[in-house]
Amino acid sequence: MVLSDAPATRHTLSASELGLGYGDRQIVEDLTVDIPTGKVTVIIGANGCGKSTLLRGLARLLTPTHGAVLLDGRSISSIPSKQVAKVMGLLPQAPIAPEGITVADLVGRGRYPHQGWFRQWAPDDDRAVAEALTVTSTLELADRPIEEMSGGQRQRVWIAMALAQETDLLLLDEPTTYLDLSHQLEVLDLLTDLNRRRGTTVVIVMHDLNLACRYADHLIAMRDGRISAEGTPNEVITAEAMMEVFGLRSTIITDPVSKTPTIIPIGRHHCADDSDDETAVLSGEWSGETSS
Amino acid sequence: MTAVLTGRRPTRGAVRVEADTAGVEVVRRVRHRLRRRTVVVPLALLMFLLVMFCLALTVGDFPVSVQQVWLSLTGRGTRATDFIVHELRLPRAVIALAVGACFGLSGAIFQSMMRNPLASPDIIGITSGASAAAVIAILMLGLSGFAISAFAFAGALITALAIYLLAWKQGVAGYRLVLVGIGIAAMLGAIIDYLLTRAQIWDAQVALLWLTGSLNGASAAELRPLLLLMVIVVPLALWAGGALGGLQLGDDAATSIGVRVERSRLLLILIGVALASIATAAAGPVGFVAFVSGPIARRLTHGTGIALVPAALVGAAVVITADFVGQHLLPVQLPVGILTAAVGAPFLLYLLVRSNRIGHGG
Repeated sequence: MVLSDAPATRHTLSASELGLGYGDRQIVEDLTVDIPTGKVTVIIGANGCGKSTLLRGLARLLTPTHGAVLLDGRSISSIPSKQVAKVMGLLPQAPIAPEGITVADLVGRGRYPHQGWFRQWAPDDDRAVAEALTVTSTLELADRPIEEMSGGQRQRVWIAMALAQETDLLLLDEPTTYLDLSHQLEVLDLLTDLNRRRGTTVVIVMHDLNLACRYADHLIAMRDGRISAEGTPNEVITAEAMMEVFGLRSTIITDPVSKTPTIIPIGRHHCADDSDDETAVLSGEWSGETSS
Repeated sequence: MTAVLTGRRPTRGAVRVEADTAGVEVVRRVRHRLRRRTVVVPLALLMFLLVMFCLALTVGDFPVSVQQVWLSLTGRGTRATDFIVHELRLPRAVIALAVGACFGLSGAIFQSMMRNPLASPDIIGITSGASAAAVIAILMLGLSGFAISAFAFAGALITALAIYLLAWKQGVAGYRLVLVGIGIAAMLGAIIDYLLTRAQIWDAQVALLWLTGSLNGASAAELRPLLLLMVIVVPLALWAGGALGGLQLGDDAATSIGVRVERSRLLLILIGVALASIATAAAGPVGFVAFVSGPIARRLTHGTGIALVPAALVGAAVVITADFVGQHLLPVQLPVGILTAAVGAPFLLYLLVRSNRIGHGG
């Protein structure tokens, strides 16, 4: 059976007093976080708040300037990279598809950490690739070159590569950017399936707050390189938090479909009560339904 | 074997329930087709090399039949055919193949690693480094023979180190390395030109022949160190090449599947430089072989990603064919480097025009 056996051991990921930056520019400072095991965690925050940097740090793409990322309690930089790759996968923001590569070959490269000197391509790799292609609905594209794919198909192929890696932890940096709404839902549903059926710990950085609220078990809101709030969407998403994290006026209603918070943003124009157009519409008191 | 995502509730939408044995079959079939191409193409190239090798040993001012070559190679030849085969044609043909294979492999390693067809050692100045050092050895130090090769080797390594350090900025990105390399190649070209203009005409002629890339000096004595070095470096290249499949996907994706990016890249650069300088030391900077072999090999084996072995074979085919044409098919005898440049330069133009049009390095 495919994707049905939950791994026996649960791997944990956390950061302790983590500092991350590029060159002289410090972006994340003194950040401590435990990623909930077996849950879907979504990291949100304004542009430049350090959410992608944090994800890159957790995925060991950036070396900490201080503190450490801990995988199963051990500093991730002390664990051989291939060994980490068997436990934790990452879908980067802008992976590069080599010219002319076929879908099957690309997805097969996710098997790299499972191969070695004496263990080249094996039947188990065929199985893993087939599963990854099947759950992402890309099996029928297996022998086609990646250039022929649409944006949505291409993203599913990249996710398939991360899935073929068969890791207990999966990190994704804006997996839904550039996708239309139905493909966004498709990707997020797929990740939820993975999480529910296999117990995969999923960490997603994304921009769409309402989808984040809908799909996250755990939300992390970041501001200026620090965590400003974390918890369930219901705990984190308040009009005050939106103002603090995004500098955004808003009102919070309940999503009638998922019963999760939905943020209605308020700009300077197009407010039904026209007299209030330019004046401060204080969030929360604007409509009957509030967040909490 | 039952279904994908056997779950508590029926799956909807994107995630369909499908028998996975069929999926495994599809993957196996596709991979088999790709693998077949990676076997068939090298075999066809090997056949071509065998034909060219026979031609190189038989054709010439003193024709020797295939049968006579065979007798001579197995120790039953006459003195005349033994001399022609063992002393003249065999070293030349083997060196042509070896040099071509080294250049081809080196070029393919650099191009895949940097994800840029312009990043081959003959474009980014590594062979220029070997040339400059060799010209200094010939013109200023009056050296000859093996000493020139040793100088060329050292020159290539020092140049590669300089390029690597200058292009380093929290890792080495493809485009910066290409640009720094082209700049260094231009500087080294100026040094070579300066030395040539200052030199005695006779010395300059020796240096020029070396600079064009020529197999005229090929001898059995040169053959042994070349093959010995290849026996060490080529397997190392094929082993280290395992990381290329990851590196091609970008540094982030490579790291996430467990490739140690900077370490692998440094190792591959060292191996690529070693291959290019081994070949340059043996035959001079035979222009554009490293540059054209990788793209040709990738086109032949399209859809299979990295093609190191085919690139080595294409390199060997290019050099032995160009040398044969230069020796026998033209009204005047030309050194091999002129012919490879005549083929390679238009290809460079084509790549530059194409990369300008589509906005990236090919």
